[in-house]
Amino acid sequence: MSPVPAPPALRVRNLRKAFQDVVAVDGLNLEVRTGECFGLLGPNGAGKTTTIEICEGLTDRDSGEVDVLGLSWEKNARRLRERLGIQLQETQLSEKLTVHETLSLFRSFFPRGPSADEVIGRVQLEEKRNSRVGGLSGGQKQRLALACALVGEPDLLFLDEPTTGLDPQARRQLWGLIAELQRAGRTILLTTHYMEEAERLCDRVAIMDHGKVIALGTPRELIASIGAGHVVRLSSDGRTLDAAAFSALECVAAARTEDGAVEAQVEHLHDALPALLNELERQGQPLTELRVHSATLEDVFVALTGRRLRDE
Amino acid sequence: MNRRHPLVELTLVRFREFVREPEAIFWVFVFPILLAAGLGLAFRNQPAQVLKIAATRPDLVRALRQEKRLDVRLLDPGPAIELLRQGKVALVAEDAPSGVIYRFDDTNPDGRTARQLADNAIQRAAGRSNPVATADRFMREPGSRYIDFLIPGLLGMNMMGSAIWGMGFAVVDARRKKLLKRLVATPMPRHYYLLSFILSRLLLLVVEVGVVAGFGMLVFGVPMRGSLGGLAVLCVTGSMAFCSVGLLIASRARTIEAASGLMNLVMMPMWILSGVFFSAERFPDAFQPVIRALPLTALIDSLRADMLQGAALAQVAPQLGILAAWMVLCFGVALKLFRWK
Repeated sequence: MSPVPAPPALRVRNLRKAFQDVVAVDGLNLEVRTGECFGLLGPNGAGKTTTIEICEGLTDRDSGEVDVLGLSWEKNARRLRERLGIQLQETQLSEKLTVHETLSLFRSFFPRGPSADEVIGRVQLEEKRNSRVGGLSGGQKQRLALACALVGEPDLLFLDEPTTGLDPQARRQLWGLIAELQRAGRTILLTTHYMEEAERLCDRVAIMDHGKVIALGTPRELIASIGAGHVVRLSSDGRTLDAAAFSALECVAAARTEDGAVEAQVEHLHDALPALLNELERQGQPLTELRVHSATLEDVFVALTGRRLRDE
Repeated sequence: MNRRHPLVELTLVRFREFVREPEAIFWVFVFPILLAAGLGLAFRNQPAQVLKIAATRPDLVRALRQEKRLDVRLLDPGPAIELLRQGKVALVAEDAPSGVIYRFDDTNPDGRTARQLADNAIQRAAGRSNPVATADRFMREPGSRYIDFLIPGLLGMNMMGSAIWGMGFAVVDARRKKLLKRLVATPMPRHYYLLSFILSRLLLLVVEVGVVAGFGMLVFGVPMRGSLGGLAVLCVTGSMAFCSVGLLIASRARTIEAASGLMNLVMMPMWILSGVFFSAERFPDAFQPVIRALPLTALIDSLRADMLQGAALAQVAPQLGILAAWMVLCFGVALKLFRWK
């Protein structure tokens, strides 16, 4: 008795898109399953927004296939629009309208869905119901944008960098709302360049770089794939340490230097820590700083590309 | 399910955005009234002005004082000519061996009038009698004064400004803020968005025309000789033509600066050429066909014909045709060019 697999909410095959001579999306494949929250994680310029806007029917593709909810943009644009919830990266809603007026406007475009007030409740903007959009904080504006995406009771929700530019508290609040949607079984495709966001919210993550998916899996699988659950950082008074000697150690999966310090990816801390300290002593360098953290998606990206997600 | 029709919601948005912008209210409602009041006062009909002149001999002064419309001073030729140069007197009557010399600026209407009056007075004092008896009857009827000419001009100018600005700024601003893109991402039929501008414009038009025309009627007694229906047809056609022009201007511009530059480029020639403040007939004949083809000229000419002469719509059919042509042409091109993203 095997359950019939639900058709994917979104399927992208061999997608390509170039702007003039810059290739934004370069043979991308994706499949978002119904009911999951899927994350596109990658640095700025990886092609995330181009990909999501092609899926939203806002940008034309050069080649490849895009099936959204089993429909194609060429034949079913109007029906698709009624079933999708979209949050663009940087829409400024009309500042002179109130929260409720804005949502009534968006609600009027969709044949079904909750009332404006219901959606206001879902994104916790009750107190701001009659406030002008111009007077909202960044986080409140983002929540209103999310509400605008929810008024049509969408079968698939696209969120393009929903928390970019927000302060940590506002970000956490928005994460809470998105996590609630995910628990309620909504199908979500979200793009982000915050690894923490992808780790917390997404059932599966595709790591994107230069218009391609370079790794795909659950956050746990991706982290496990680098064969090292922890990252140890050793500094020696700002002196540049020899990374090669550390990566030669048996218990170290990989090591690299960053600003002189060594970052070693290790599986078992109890074996690796003494070995690393021994090696440092052998090199005759004093230890001035030691930091250990559990491996994150950021470390996965670093392991795959040698670069960080965000260039600081 | 208290869901309004999208067109109603979109039109309400247009309204709210307009009403919540105090500057817009000022430019559309208050400014034209201030302008009409100011110009109406400046060019109000007044009894013929008394002209200041100078004469160089007491007997000339005596003769000239018989004319009530002249204010005569006795001066030596030197100071008199100096005053003439400064424009403080319109004419100097100077005695000469052969009779009298009039010094004045023949390009200045006051100078020419003063010369006529002075010459008549001096000739009469010297014993000239008029062979034909004449009498004056003054025509000061509403409909032929400057304010009557001005109000239809201001109405037309106002309709052009509010349609082009209203359309241009709102669309370009929404494009710049990616609000157009966001709307396109919903199932909203795109023509509803454009239609909402037209609906809100028509509703505002009633107020806009009512305020300016009502002010002219009540304060200055400007006549409304045409039918209300005729006036409505003219206003709607004119406003729609300018909405199309505004849409065309806004069809591609990405920044407010680019759009306002284009808007000024389009409107400036019409402010000058289309006869808002003075008759377009003053421009050389060679320009007339072009001036007649401008939408603002067509609108103002037909408004004047309707309000001042009570012309029927059939009599302003050429102007209506010009307006309709602008409307169709600009709308068609705008739809082809329009950029939503």
